[in-house]
Amino acid sequence: MTLVMETERTAPDETYNFAYLDEETKRMIRRAILKAMAVPGYQVPFGGREMPLPYGWGTGGIQVTAAVIGPDDVLKVIDQGADDTTNAVSIRRFFRRVTGVATTGRTVEATIVQTRHRIPESALREGQILVYQVPIPEPLRRIEPREAETRKLHAYREYGLMHVRLYEDIARFGRIATSYDYPVMVNERYLMAPSPTPKFDNPKMTAAPFLQLFGAGREKRIYAVPPYTTVTSLDFDDHPFDVQSWDEVCALCGAADSFLDEVVLDDAGKRMFVCSDTDYCEDRRAAGHVGPEGADEADAPAGKKP
Amino acid sequence: MTSHLATAPRAPAAGFTDPVRDAQEVFRAVLQAQSHPGRRVRVPSGPAAPAPLGRAMAGVLLALADLDTPLWLQRGEEAALAYLRFHTGAPVAADPAAAAFAIVTEASTMPPLDSFRAGDADYPEVAATVLIAVAGFGQGQQVSLAGPGIERRQGFAADGLGAEFWAAWRANRGRFPLGVDALLFTDDEVVALPRSVGPEG
Amino acid sequence: MYVAVKGGEQAIENSHRLIAAERRGDPAVPELDVRQIREQMRHAVARVMAEGSLYDPDLAALAIKQAQGDLVEAIFLVRAYRTTLRRFAVSRPIDSARMAIGRRISATFKDLPGGQVLGGTYDYTHRLLDHELAGDGAGEAVAAEAAAPLDPEMPRVSDILDAQGLLEAEMPDDESDPVADLTRDPLRLPGRRDQRLQNLARADEGFLLALGYSTQRGYGRTHPFAGEIRQGTVAVEIEAPELGFAIDIGDIEVTECELVNQFKGSTEQPPQFTRGYGLAFGRAERKAMAMALVDRSLRAAELGEETGHPAQDEEFVLSHSDNVEASGFVQHLKLPHYIDFQSELHLVRRLRADFDARRTGTDREAAE
Repeated sequence: MTLVMETERTAPDETYNFAYLDEETKRMIRRAILKAMAVPGYQVPFGGREMPLPYGWGTGGIQVTAAVIGPDDVLKVIDQGADDTTNAVSIRRFFRRVTGVATTGRTVEATIVQTRHRIPESALREGQILVYQVPIPEPLRRIEPREAETRKLHAYREYGLMHVRLYEDIARFGRIATSYDYPVMVNERYLMAPSPTPKFDNPKMTAAPFLQLFGAGREKRIYAVPPYTTVTSLDFDDHPFDVQSWDEVCALCGAADSFLDEVVLDDAGKRMFVCSDTDYCEDRRAAGHVGPEGADEADAPAGKKP
Repeated sequence: MTSHLATAPRAPAAGFTDPVRDAQEVFRAVLQAQSHPGRRVRVPSGPAAPAPLGRAMAGVLLALADLDTPLWLQRGEEAALAYLRFHTGAPVAADPAAAAFAIVTEASTMPPLDSFRAGDADYPEVAATVLIAVAGFGQGQQVSLAGPGIERRQGFAADGLGAEFWAAWRANRGRFPLGVDALLFTDDEVVALPRSVGPEG
Repeated sequence: MYVAVKGGEQAIENSHRLIAAERRGDPAVPELDVRQIREQMRHAVARVMAEGSLYDPDLAALAIKQAQGDLVEAIFLVRAYRTTLRRFAVSRPIDSARMAIGRRISATFKDLPGGQVLGGTYDYTHRLLDHELAGDGAGEAVAAEAAAPLDPEMPRVSDILDAQGLLEAEMPDDESDPVADLTRDPLRLPGRRDQRLQNLARADEGFLLALGYSTQRGYGRTHPFAGEIRQGTVAVEIEAPELGFAIDIGDIEVTECELVNQFKGSTEQPPQFTRGYGLAFGRAERKAMAMALVDRSLRAAELGEETGHPAQDEEFVLSHSDNVEASGFVQHLKLPHYIDFQSELHLVRRLRADFDARRTGTDREAAE
């Protein structure tokens, strides 16, 4: 177990209000979250503040987490499925500093998971909260750049543009050419951008027992999918939605059901595939699963992962 | 800017013991309730507020109301008004249609739900949240709730909410994505009834 | 044997140490004093205050030092700091007519009450590098006091034209309406002028400069004249309800620009000149002028003029004017995107396989 992620609860930095935001800002965000849950998939505008991390680097997710988190929570932060990518580390350090909460790399132990671009492979339970970092909350933005227009399209449930856009891919390529941030219909009413998670993760979103909150700091929108809410990926009768699959399994743990990262090994094209969700992979290895390249792990130098 | 100088001869009753922590705990209770509409959730840290505000309702108001959220009170007792003005700074609205939070402490004489802001097509979130005090959960007309947050069906009943309320709520549900959101309170528990949820059949 | 890359936490700590050393530079060279930046880099300080939306020359100077002179980074530091500050009052609008003038010029009149006051400006300097400034102790720079004080009567040019009915009146939509505040609420489109002016006041100077310039080159002409530019200090006053009157809590330095633009009229209204307004903290003429050009340009639709140019597109201008947002999002491309990329790789490989399969099928057909 990689120890750096596992930290005990500690005293927060008293220079700042708990979780950095002032109480007025927290109230505003809390109200926005509740309204977002009442209208699943609809983007609620909110008065986002400048945070100590830049716009585009997770400020929306951070503000949502900051409004929700309490001293007894256990926080996991991942980016691309891994706890140790630099920005996940940076965000986790920020919350350690301003809340003192215990942090973990283990999905099963977290009460709040803040994520960029992946949904954990280990199924989340009732009571857990998944907070997504969102760059572009508007699913229609690349088709229609004007906010004044897209607001109307959502108001009147006019999503024809999106269907046309997807069908253009079929006409050109023979299949839908969107592989991440794949648009979904939420509660059969609002078209929503799930954030740049791979479409592989879309099936995890529907009728889920956990709460999903989405924060876009730069665009200043919050949206939500309550537990047990339908989330349906757009498709056509003759071109049903399908997810990515690999011919390979995870080289370290042998998983055939997780999203795999491609690791380039040399400049001649030699590559291997490993689970993007590092916690899932470690759990499987701890349980005894071994992948094609995993057998040598026991010989790994001291100080590295067992 | 609202002046917080007390104009009443006595200072209002105390609010949260630890405002930062208590507000967060109360919010989590409401978040939990709204994640699972129809389920009863205990509201911790509710302060002892003047009548007709119960502890749980007062806690939620202290956690969520402020300068930007006009309040409408069905029964505007002076002590309760002074308490809320002092602790939240929220303006009090005479017109229910202007309220962000509508406080209903006598469900039987509640004004029609469409007296409150229901949002508009472009901005459904500006709809009011109606806080309704009930005598108890589990007694009264049984309904079977369905909608986001509910896996299949959630049985629910509240003492004080009868056929008339549920008919009105069905109509509210029919206006989705417009419509008000409700929070139902006993002295120490809350049940959420967002506009997306309604009785089956 | 592949071992998963770890150590992100350590890498970050090392990076912090490295940048602290870079910020300090050669230890043999004296460290920058924040007061030096405040006193001797006033224009940098002004920009950081204006775009940081916070008037505090010392904090702005500190941010500039911490950011090694990267002003957009310094602006970000100030904005993030501003988030932590509690708001306890809203001031009365500042009255630039009561400004203690440092500089006041008008291009629309040769002379006017109060006169043309050149003040301190680079305008008429010859842009020749002064190598004497490179030495230590470049000598005292003393400006002699003027023979007579400035005329206290310095009416604004806009008020002069206004009194003759030549300039459109500047009336707020509704006095009792709350003023928009982008530091608390998200941008609403279409918006009113209060929101627009605030957005422009904290907008990136370079962005506004380019847009303003474009209007002068034909991308939405407004025929502007510099009615007045004034720089100086104004009092900031807040109402004290307990006292029943306003109290002066301090002075701030501002630069104000009022442009007088193409006159318009309608069947009901006689022709009048129209306004463009710019205001910035500190000494910031280029910013105030660019802002005024863009302000006027964004009113094109309201004034019944032909639109279609970038500087006239409210959503385009106001959505892209904030350099803290822009910098964050442009630079976020540095963050790992290997999952999205993996998805794209996967898709491209599949599409190529389809392509090859179709081609093989076609070739076979052709062969038959």
